This record gives sequence, structure tokens and C-alpha cells, in this order.
Amino acid sequence: MTRATPVPPAARAILSGDRRALARVISQVENRDPAVAPISRALYPRTGHTPIVGITGPLGVGKSSLINLLVARLRELDRSVAVVAVDPSSPFTGGSVLGDRIRFERRADDAGVFFRSMASRGEAGGVAAATREVARLMDAAGFDVVLVETVGSGQVDIAIRDIATTSVVVLVPHLGDEVQTLKAGLFEIADVFCVNKADLPGADLARKDLSELVGLGAARSGWSPLVVSTSTTQPSGVDQLWSAVEAHERFLDTSGQRAVEERRRLSAEIVDLVRERVGRELSQRLDHDADLRGLLDRVVARKIDPRAAAEQLQRGNALPA
Amino acid sequence: MARPPKSSPIRVLIAKPGLDGHDRGAKVVARALRDAGMEVIYAGLRQTPEEIVRAALEEDVDLIGLSILSGAHMALFPKVLALLKREKAGNIPVFAGGIIPDEDARRLKKAGIRAIFGPGTTLEEIVTTAQKLARGAA
Repeated sequence: MTRATPVPPAARAILSGDRRALARVISQVENRDPAVAPISRALYPRTGHTPIVGITGPLGVGKSSLINLLVARLRELDRSVAVVAVDPSSPFTGGSVLGDRIRFERRADDAGVFFRSMASRGEAGGVAAATREVARLMDAAGFDVVLVETVGSGQVDIAIRDIATTSVVVLVPHLGDEVQTLKAGLFEIADVFCVNKADLPGADLARKDLSELVGLGAARSGWSPLVVSTSTTQPSGVDQLWSAVEAHERFLDTSGQRAVEERRRLSAEIVDLVRERVGRELSQRLDHDADLRGLLDRVVARKIDPRAAAEQLQRGNALPA
Repeated sequence: MARPPKSSPIRVLIAKPGLDGHDRGAKVVARALRDAGMEVIYAGLRQTPEEIVRAALEEDVDLIGLSILSGAHMALFPKVLALLKREKAGNIPVFAGGIIPDEDARRLKKAGIRAIFGPGTTLEEIVTTAQKLARGAA
């Protein structure tokens, strides 16, 4: 039996296209405001139909500039689009300079575009803890496409794969020889490779290396990543980039992979949520709870090892429910 | 909407309205506010009042800082304030920095700019004032 719960006004406002309400609830999600729970619950059934396109790649490859051109292209196609762009927070002060808006140009009165900057707030992996839920809010708000720009990524920053339906890995010429492309991590998550700054020398070689990489591997779940070249200074290739994203989205539908991937992402999300909550509560109790402090004291005194302490916690049901 | 205290960093938009290309001051201030633990949305050069207000609303900022050296402050600052009011966001405090003559500064403060910093202001003073403004204490 399901009990009809009233839809919170903020959720209703987001569904009706109120951008201020969207902006405010995004802040609440970022701040882990408990008032968000009923809003998320009310919006969740309305989500899951919007392509969420992750744009990732190392620092300085031109992700922000590409997003600017992609948004322009999507507006030409009359598709509305929301962008969430993540930049790093300082591990020292918690402060952040969010500069992705600088590259962003659009008509100030265009209601079909929404841009939000987000600080990573201590999260590793290329996105913030709240990014997934913020992308989902944008989905609920009725945008046709959601673009997620990650922090400039290193080789193992692949958290975007648990958020995006299509991941675009942006690279530039001269990032390294073709052996780099064989390495594990970032190169494995691409549904689309984008060689940006294609006007620079070496772009053809980079593209060739990537095409060979794609040709080498057994296609992941029936999809061979597409390779496109773009330039943002003398804009070119952006149409092809969007076509490649759409081709992957179509593949997800025709192959049945969409449901498989969605299930994997949601499973990862549940695990993340439990891990975050249990971890936070446990670390607080290790600091404050007398029994647990005693346990920690014994580990510090080298009387028992950390693994034994963890097992003891699990056996004794001392972990928060 | 009241923010939960402590855990949520202050979000501040730093923008340069008008046509001058001198953004060193704005960048130095952005950096200082970052080092004070704020999340600084740096909107960059040549922003129209419409763009600034739109960015402030989308980013749900607690505070707006405007930097200008072109001399167009008497036209552009009141425009920003008017647009904020029109969007029912007149409660977002706005501060400003740049080359602004004393007489203009007096008039702009009367119009609703909450603080104005001229050349020679210490970063410490800007940070302290920004914190107070964002927390509604100034």
C-alpha cells in the first residue's frame, strides 16, 4: 500500500520550470540540507529520461570552451540544456574559484539554458558528492540535455561514469605516446573521444592513435567508442561531437544497454550513500563515543590492529544502522 | 532562504561590468575570498547587468562583488541593483571596487551598494566586509 504524500512546494516549482527554485534546491543538495529528502523523493519518479553527458579530460584541454559551443549547437537544434561545471575546492581552506562561467556565452534572456558552477568540496574522482543529485534535479526540471563538466581529470578520475549516460573524454595533441592510450582508467570510460585543439600540429597523430586503440580492444558491451576532432578557436567539429553523443544514446536504447547501465549506476549510488552515511557517523563516534574511543585507544597503543578493530565493530553491531 | 550555518561556504559572484579589460583587481580579490574559504564564481570581463543578475540567481549566491575601472559605474551599478529588485532578489548584498570618485561612491551607497573599496584598500578589509555582508551582519 502506498500512501500519497503531498508534493513539497519546491518540487512543484522545479517541475513547473521555476529556475530560482531549482537554483535554491541545488544549494540545499550541496549543503546536505535534510530538507531536500522529501523534494528528491517527489522528483525521482519524474527523472531518468534525459541524456546526461559527461565532459571529462585533463586540465586545460578545453572542456569549458567545448561546452560553450555544444550549448550553442543544442540551442540551434532547439534543445534546452542545463550545465553543471565542477571545479576543485582547496583542501586547505575549503575555498574555491569557479571559473567555468568565463567561457560561457549566451543570450542573457535565453530561458532554455541553465548554468551552475559547483565546487568539489573535498570529493576526489572529478566530481562533487552532490553532482549526481544536481544532474538529476536538472533532469526533473525538464531540460532536454544535461551536461556535466568534471574537474580537470587525472588518470583515475572516472567518477563521471557513475553519473553520465554518455561520457566524452576530451584530449589534445601531444599528451603522450600511444602507450598512454593503453593505460587503464580514464581511457577506458570513454563512449566518445574528442581530440580538441585539432588546429594544432599533431592532432592527426593523436586521432590516429585513439582510433587504433579503439580498434584494438574488444568493444565494451557492443559499443566501440567514436573518435571526433574539434577546435574551439576556429570552431569546427562540434556538430560531429554532438552526433557522436547522440549515436551512443541511440545505441543505449537499441541494444538494451541503457537499462543495464542505469542499474549499475543506481547500485553504485546506493552503495555510495550508505558508505558516506555510515562513514560519517562512525568517524564521529570514534571521536566521541566512550566505547569506541576505547577501541581506538587500543589500536593506537598497538594492542590490536585496525583490521581486527573493524571486524570487532561489525561483529558487535556497533556500526550505525 | 536561510542557510545552515558553518558547514556551507559563502558563495560570492565576482563580475566585471562594462568594457574595460583590467581584471587584475577582480582576480586578486577573488583569490583572497577563496583563501578565506569562500566559493567564488568568477564571471570575468565585460558582463552586462542582465548577465550578472542571471548568473547571481542561477548560482544562488550570497553576495555579489562588482569591479569596474571604466568610469561607467553610475550607469551600470544602479542597473544591477534595479534588475535584482525586479527579480525579487534585492536582498543579495552588492559590494564594489574600482576607481570611483567619493561623490559617486556616496550616491551609489545611497542607491544600495553596500560597500565600496577604492585603491589602497587592504584585502583583509575586503574579506572581513564580504563575510559580514554575506552573513547579514553589516
